[in-house]
Amino acid sequence: MSSKQKTSNGSWKMTLLKGRTFIVLIILLIFFSFKANNFLSVSTLMIVAKHVALYGILAIGMTYVIITSGIDLSVGAVVGLTGMIAGGLINEGLTLKVFGVTLYFNVVAIVIISAIIGAIIGLINGFIITKFNVAPFIATLGMMYVARGLANIRSGGATFSNLSGNKALGNTGFEIFGRNIPGTPIPVGVIIMVIIAIIAAVVLKKTPFGWHVFAIGGNEKAAGLSGIKVNKVKMLVYAFSGFCSGIVGIIATSQLVAAHPRTGESWEMNAIAAAVLGGTSMSGGIGTIGGTIVGAFVIGVINDGMVMCGVSEFWQMVIKGLVIVLAVIIDQFQRNLQAKMALQARNENK
Amino acid sequence: MEDAKKNQEEVCLHAECISKIYPGTKALDEVSFDLLTGKVNVLIGENGAGKSTLMKIIAGIEQPSAGQIYMDDKEVHFKNTTEARKHGIGIIHQELSLFPNLNIYQNIFMANEEKRGKLALNDKAHIEKTKKILEKLEHPLDPNVLVGDLRVGQQQMIEIARNLVADDLKVLIMDEPTSSLSEQEVEVLFKIMRELTAEGISIVYISHRLEEIMRIGDHVTILRDGKYVADSDVKEIDIPWIVHQMTGGEKAYPKRDRAIDWDKVDNILEVKNLMLPKSGGGYLLNNVNFSLKKGEILGIYGLMGAGRSEIFECIMGLHPEHTGDIILEGKKLVIKSVSGQIDKGFALIPEDRQGQAIIQTLDIEKNCSLAAMKNYKKGPFLDVKKESKMVQKEIDDIHIKVADKKLPILSLSGGNQQKVVIGKGILTNPKILLMDEPSRGIDIGAKTEVFDIINQYAQEGLSIIVISSELNEIVSIADRVMVLSNGVKTGEFTKDEIQEDTLVLASYKGHHEANLENNKGEKSNVK
Repeated sequence: MSSKQKTSNGSWKMTLLKGRTFIVLIILLIFFSFKANNFLSVSTLMIVAKHVALYGILAIGMTYVIITSGIDLSVGAVVGLTGMIAGGLINEGLTLKVFGVTLYFNVVAIVIISAIIGAIIGLINGFIITKFNVAPFIATLGMMYVARGLANIRSGGATFSNLSGNKALGNTGFEIFGRNIPGTPIPVGVIIMVIIAIIAAVVLKKTPFGWHVFAIGGNEKAAGLSGIKVNKVKMLVYAFSGFCSGIVGIIATSQLVAAHPRTGESWEMNAIAAAVLGGTSMSGGIGTIGGTIVGAFVIGVINDGMVMCGVSEFWQMVIKGLVIVLAVIIDQFQRNLQAKMALQARNENK
Repeated sequence: MEDAKKNQEEVCLHAECISKIYPGTKALDEVSFDLLTGKVNVLIGENGAGKSTLMKIIAGIEQPSAGQIYMDDKEVHFKNTTEARKHGIGIIHQELSLFPNLNIYQNIFMANEEKRGKLALNDKAHIEKTKKILEKLEHPLDPNVLVGDLRVGQQQMIEIARNLVADDLKVLIMDEPTSSLSEQEVEVLFKIMRELTAEGISIVYISHRLEEIMRIGDHVTILRDGKYVADSDVKEIDIPWIVHQMTGGEKAYPKRDRAIDWDKVDNILEVKNLMLPKSGGGYLLNNVNFSLKKGEILGIYGLMGAGRSEIFECIMGLHPEHTGDIILEGKKLVIKSVSGQIDKGFALIPEDRQGQAIIQTLDIEKNCSLAAMKNYKKGPFLDVKKESKMVQKEIDDIHIKVADKKLPILSLSGGNQQKVVIGKGILTNPKILLMDEPSRGIDIGAKTEVFDIINQYAQEGLSIIVISSELNEIVSIADRVMVLSNGVKTGEFTKDEIQEDTLVLASYKGHHEANLENNKGEKSNVK
């Protein structure tokens, strides 16, 4: 018990540090509620949430990747590619020249196809990273260019602007992913984000697989010698990140009511920023899905709040950049405090 | 210490009542320390006794919370290593602090470069001086070789050379310099130390190897729990006295004396014709054969690079390029992966605890359950209750001192961290436990406990292979000892044959034979 008394000084600091992103979020909400009219209304917050859902889902996959001490720069480009594939399938269908037929899929099939393509691209990332020992930064940078290029090739750079489908072909209803749940103010994208977040959080904390992800990021060698199939876990993690990108491809395309090959440009940066703001350590082994979602909302509130206050786009960038760097500085404080407390506990144990 | 004795010796540096307080703990508690000129001043104590902290303060790496340091009767303050170095104090760290991406002379002259004019590097001078110093150290290496390409022992020499280039060196602090050196390299190091002391340089020597201290030391100072305990001239004391002072009570390794007729016990493991090719020709393991009986403790002794760890790595499936048969309970194994080998009943306690065994970011419980976690499932989920129960049982079984198993692993002392690693292996229900230097880097008290654990599990029927560089450990723990030298099995000893000198003798045989064969220009083919 005496040890608890001694560390109490450190632990309230710790609680404050651990909850810092949440505290920042509250402060931002209060700040913008004074600066911008109607900011704290349900409709405004739902618009913010709708935007957050996009890179929030990307950030969930990214959190897994970063916990293994990797990085996935290809997510934004995969959003563009899967969006183009979905848009293309609605507009043009899939033409099989051999049989001289064109297949039109219904919307459910299109969603599944996009998500699977995203996952396969992630799997390829993971394969290149594990089998050929390529640094994740490089492998996914390459994939970023490849996917973006393919997205443009799909339409020759043009936009698929009609996504309403054709009743006769049975492929209507794609718009639902960009709208609200009928009869409520809640956007469908937000619900999807919540579902994915809950599943991801449970898998991360409540299954052996999740702990294997943490172990690999903490000490890959030790993880391997403990019998963890490091390569397999890593490939699955990148596949999950790709899967998330595929889902976002659908939601983004539906929200924009157009499939544009440049959709998702630089979204990987927002995803990384959300994860880092949420306390995910870039050196691996540490991170939570809850933190990442809060981090995504901080970025979302800053973005939309500044827009409503009339801050120019350029200043928005400056402020966002500063917030991210500040977050990592505070993160280092937390690490130091944690190390000190561990040392303290170690000495008390003696 | 009597003042009369002190006056006889010249004191080159005096530390007065040094305290160092870290948040929540006193690493050093009013320790006074005299550094005798031209002597090998030995500093000993268990892990956490404060030796390294005291030396870091003297070398300017850390600042004392209280107390003064005097050199030549003048008080000195070192804010950093550069200031300490200006006063002629150099330190060789426990962990190497070299740049593997740079070559030898760049390492030696780092931050101490010779210049032509103000800016241009004088590499010619660097190379010449490097050659001179390496010759003095009996390691005539090419100054242009990358340090990353050197063996650990050679790297240690570079670390030493780095301190010797300073002309005005007065004090050289060596923190466990021999932990990664071979016997020959230790001999060279001791010779250099004698030369240095003859030149009037004072050496502070920290080591866990008590035999070495008796050989090389002049004066011993003992610390315990951050406090000064005793000091004495080496010629007046013996090892039991030192151990007594360090631990505060007599502690010896448990003697092993089991009356078992091993001939009647079945082999659990047989290894036949194990070969592991070395990159660049030759073999890391050359036709090694051995067997392990059920419930037996087999010791493997040998020098650094003798191929000891490689045997474990082959068994665990880390070297798919190895040839030879590994037979478990009469069945020849097809080795695919580490996880496959764990499933078959092998558990490895790796040599490098920080690098290969523990996950620093996870808590104690998760570190312990990690390897067995896939067996604790309820549907797709981790069965937290079962996990907690199994880990707690292991903590109780091997007496891990844990206040709360949800604390970070780094909150444990080295010895308790090692016990968690052992617990992790045991939780996979192994038939054979492979332990690579299980006592490395932990204090004497914890070592005894680790060997108690080994005995306990052997008694329960677990078969164990232990690699150790510590002769007295392996002599007291093993039922049978196999000696490797240069990748070749050079001896196998049981019962009374297990003597320190027979083991040492065998551990050099492989080098001798390899040399002979090299001279003949023939391919090695040793029985």
